[in-house]
Amino acid sequence: MSQRPSVIRQTIITPIVLIVALLIMAALSYQFGSRAFNRTVVEMFINIMVVVGLYVFVGNSGLLSFGHISFMCLGAYMTAWLTIPPVMKSITLKGLPAWLLHAQLPMWVATPISGIFAALFALIVGRVIMRLSGIAASIATFGLLGVINNVYSNWDSVTGGQGSIVGIPPTMNVWTGWIGGAVAIAIAYLYSISRSGLALRATRDEAVAASASGIDIVRERLIAFVVSAFIIGLAGALYAHFLSIVNPGAFYLRTTFITLSMLVVGGMYSLSGAVSGVVAISVLIELFRDLEKGISIGGHTVGLPNGAQEIAIGIITIVILMYLPSGLTRNREFSWRRWPLQRRLARPVQTALKELH
Amino acid sequence: MRELLQIIFDALSLGSLYALGALGIALIFGVMRLVNFAHGDFIAFCVFAMLWPSIDAAAVVFAGQLPFYLLIPLLLLTGAALSILSEIVVFRRFRNTNPATMMIASFALGFVIRHLLLMLFSSRPKSITLWPSLGLPVEFLGAHIPMLQVVTIIITLAVLVILVLFLKRTRYGLEMRAAADNFTMARMLGVRANGVILLAFAISGMLAAAIGLILATNSGTADIGMGANVMLIAFIATVIGGLGSIPGAVAAGFLIGAASVVFQATLPHDARVFRDAFVYGAVIVVLLVRPQGLFAPKSAKQRV
Repeated sequence: MSQRPSVIRQTIITPIVLIVALLIMAALSYQFGSRAFNRTVVEMFINIMVVVGLYVFVGNSGLLSFGHISFMCLGAYMTAWLTIPPVMKSITLKGLPAWLLHAQLPMWVATPISGIFAALFALIVGRVIMRLSGIAASIATFGLLGVINNVYSNWDSVTGGQGSIVGIPPTMNVWTGWIGGAVAIAIAYLYSISRSGLALRATRDEAVAASASGIDIVRERLIAFVVSAFIIGLAGALYAHFLSIVNPGAFYLRTTFITLSMLVVGGMYSLSGAVSGVVAISVLIELFRDLEKGISIGGHTVGLPNGAQEIAIGIITIVILMYLPSGLTRNREFSWRRWPLQRRLARPVQTALKELH
Repeated sequence: MRELLQIIFDALSLGSLYALGALGIALIFGVMRLVNFAHGDFIAFCVFAMLWPSIDAAAVVFAGQLPFYLLIPLLLLTGAALSILSEIVVFRRFRNTNPATMMIASFALGFVIRHLLLMLFSSRPKSITLWPSLGLPVEFLGAHIPMLQVVTIIITLAVLVILVLFLKRTRYGLEMRAAADNFTMARMLGVRANGVILLAFAISGMLAAAIGLILATNSGTADIGMGANVMLIAFIATVIGGLGSIPGAVAAGFLIGAASVVFQATLPHDARVFRDAFVYGAVIVVLLVRPQGLFAPKSAKQRV
């Protein structure tokens, strides 16, 4: 009995709780929700994938990344190239290479390919960018976002330029959305208990001690970067199937900041935080969307003016961060033991040697 | 020769705009380690302050009709007031949180301001005519340079000179530099934290107003998103210049402006639409060569 309990047994409950909670949401909305509500739920699942992907890198490494939405862009366009019927592609996307132009793959093949494509790209650029640390790394990822957005907005013959590409099969429903979210959570969990994940969190909390213990910071960061790019690439692919159109404007600053806000509001150092941040913000958005439409009281419809939704969400985000600077979950994970929110995977410790940025 | 001169003036005037923006971000970053993502929305707010709120297509010019000697101080005051207000209401409570939380809070504030403007003015860009005479070209060594470019450059240089004098010659400037260098130490030596931070926010807000005026005069339109691009480049410039270094931020602002113009002029025609990709690519390269920034102060050097 003196053996130490394994990491898996200590922490496995977190992803299970999260995945089951999402399953319940999916089932409820499938059973009771309207069509529009179901779409909102699917969008929430896709956002969960994106934010969980962000967590894999940001949460474990402690570096803020502004560039991850470019992986969503890569995944979405790859899916568009692979799944749009060749007849349509030959009209709108003349510049595609022949093998891509004549390909038409089903969703369950195209989606993993899109994820792998994003991951490969991340491997190449990550080898360069991950050498940086602190705010320089954040800005470099930002540069990445700028480059990808500029190329995809202007390479007309391959990406359709600023306009939208249409014709991606709209095959998303709450169940595929749930599967996506569950896969993302499972990958993120497996990464964070892996050797690399533990090592990376060590570098986040105390870079000097970690590298003195033989951890190769650049290598661990690169692994996390690639894993997170894979998850976000998958999310991009599902997003393309969800909207059935892709457009470079959807993968730029607004999405970057909204997903980052979701992560920070939930708690950027925990997987539970990533998921609950998305759920909280999505619930708020839906709530205020309804309020904007108006509630009828005694025959009169009282509604908030248009645009009040965004203002309210911005203000609520600020207020949450004011009172809970480390997010709704305070960077802890869900677990059964002293339920809820009693366990922590890791908490950064303030030390004098910590790099300033 | 004539083309070269044109390029130089383009580069200088674009660089001026970025430098003013970078200055506004660097000043605040210096004293409280906050990257203020709301800066772009401060700029837009100052432009829209010249209009009367209405969602009609035609802009109802309000303060914009004032003569320039009233309009300019009024807008500078508006910018400073908005900036100070955001410090008191929002940022003051985030002083001791981590940079990511602060950054997201500033982004959320910008989001609120932007959507407030959207609600009051709708998303349609509005035309606003300020000093049309500034659009006329002046002849300079055979090149036709828009008057506005010359004015922009002169204003920027004037602002820089005033700011340098302020920072180097006055007590408040000294306090601000001390706070930027080592905030805790400065406080121990009697610098009042609130005073210095409020001052930094006020100057930053005035710089935002100045950028707003230049942009509005230049484009003749008021658009909700008009500050965002300047903000982004300015943010990048502060990092490339070396975070915490005010001269570095200005120099990097000019550098990025020059790089954009030079890429625009020298890239082959087909590649010209990808200019921004080249600029961002250059930013990444600069960071790889000098991660601490081009003009980093010695105190900012990482020891590990």
